[in-house]
Amino acid sequence: MAENSKQTMNDTYETTGIPLLKDSKLSVRNVDVFYGDKQAIFDVNLDIGKNQVISMIGPSGCGKSTFLRCLNRMNDTIDICNVTGEIKLEDQNIYDRSIDVVELRARVGMVFQKPNPFPKSIYENVAYGARIHGLTDNKLELDELVESSLKRCGLWKEVKERLLEPATGLSGGQQQRLCIARAIAVNPEVILMDEPCSALDPIATATVEELIHELSQNFTICIVTHSMQQAARVSQRTAYFHLGKLIEVNDTSVVFTNPKHQLTEEYITGRIG
Amino acid sequence: MNDDILVGGHISRQFDQELDEIRSRVLKMGGLVEAQLDKTLDALRSGDSSGITDVEKLDRKVNKLEMQIDEECTQILAKRQPAAGDLRMIIATTKSVRDLERIGDEAERVAHMVRHVLDNGAAPKSYSGLLALGEEVKELLHDTLNTYARMETRSAVKNMRKDQDVDDEYARVLMHLIEFMKTDPDHIAGALDVMWAARSLERIGDHCINICENVIYLVEGEDVRHTKLSRIKKQLS
Repeated sequence: MAENSKQTMNDTYETTGIPLLKDSKLSVRNVDVFYGDKQAIFDVNLDIGKNQVISMIGPSGCGKSTFLRCLNRMNDTIDICNVTGEIKLEDQNIYDRSIDVVELRARVGMVFQKPNPFPKSIYENVAYGARIHGLTDNKLELDELVESSLKRCGLWKEVKERLLEPATGLSGGQQQRLCIARAIAVNPEVILMDEPCSALDPIATATVEELIHELSQNFTICIVTHSMQQAARVSQRTAYFHLGKLIEVNDTSVVFTNPKHQLTEEYITGRIG
Repeated sequence: MNDDILVGGHISRQFDQELDEIRSRVLKMGGLVEAQLDKTLDALRSGDSSGITDVEKLDRKVNKLEMQIDEECTQILAKRQPAAGDLRMIIATTKSVRDLERIGDEAERVAHMVRHVLDNGAAPKSYSGLLALGEEVKELLHDTLNTYARMETRSAVKNMRKDQDVDDEYARVLMHLIEFMKTDPDHIAGALDVMWAARSLERIGDHCINICENVIYLVEGEDVRHTKLSRIKKQLS
């Protein structure tokens, strides 16, 4: 009988747990990412289920944000960054030449660490994406879209009297929810969140986490977080990255009570960071 | 078992220290409970009830330690939000100290019965059977405390097998007592005392097994309560 039968990492590695699913919204196969000569991500294979929240955790520099940015080709904006392998959004390879990146980013939206509203009014922030993608035919439809997006983010009551005021006048938590409203206004299928609460206080964090939970009814959400407790609270699945390798993917309940890989255990219990 | 993975190796050394202190206190509590049972069996063996006051004194210390360890575990849950192995350690510890405290209570119960029988000057014949049962339980408790100290799942399973022997011995003592009561109805009251004591000893065995199950949960993350021994072996292989 094995005393503590956890797996350890070998040179050739296989992700521990359940990285692949039968039905997936996004499917990642053999993805490597290079910054010039330096490899940042090693042979990642992962499926992300529809209307699921998956969190990516790991020490600083483990590649979790780099990986997240592959999912809507944000890494294209970095000249020396090279992504190989295959990432499919449903049946379409998002790195295919025929893909329109602007359209892709409407389908796979993103929310960043620091709330980054445009220096425009609250209304314009939400209306902007819909306008450039031609999602509405007239002002009335656009008004309705702005209202419904703000309502879904629980922000409507707080801002309905001051829609034309600058978005930068909102509190940090409100700004972040506005950015989420802006992301969902273009009706994406997937929302990527890169440490969305790290600049927020605990109350604003709780509000955003509740929002993530509600949005997961309709959207697939991938969240990178430094807060393990946040990953435990908001996600159904958790992926642990270490030095560019996807070490373990499992149900969040498993990862936080009985992780199967030694490195995951050491990270979760605060032994490596 | 790698000790570091259980209590050591955290980036926060203070956390290591807190977990280490809890573990030391549990072991101390185990030592006190073991002493309670030893002194009770000594009294039974020698027919001298003077050591039973010590059993009562020890019980008060055991109770105090239970509360102290529980409070420390609560503080860790509140302040450290432990996960994975650390979380299992805290859960297993709070459960195990409850079992240890109950072992202490059962030992005290046996001690009171021994005093009662000795003070009445009557020694039922089944004393020797009770003593044999007591010795088996004492060994099981000792092994269980070792299992906890070393965090060994292998010996946890071995102890579970041993508890089945304790149950068999208990059944034998009961059969013997029933026969005794049939043939000597004048001593039914004394025989009932012995019966309750045997029951308490058997319960100590059950609490030992709970602690062994907690060790398996702590080390492997497997909940093996209410599971047959053969299945547990399969689960852990």
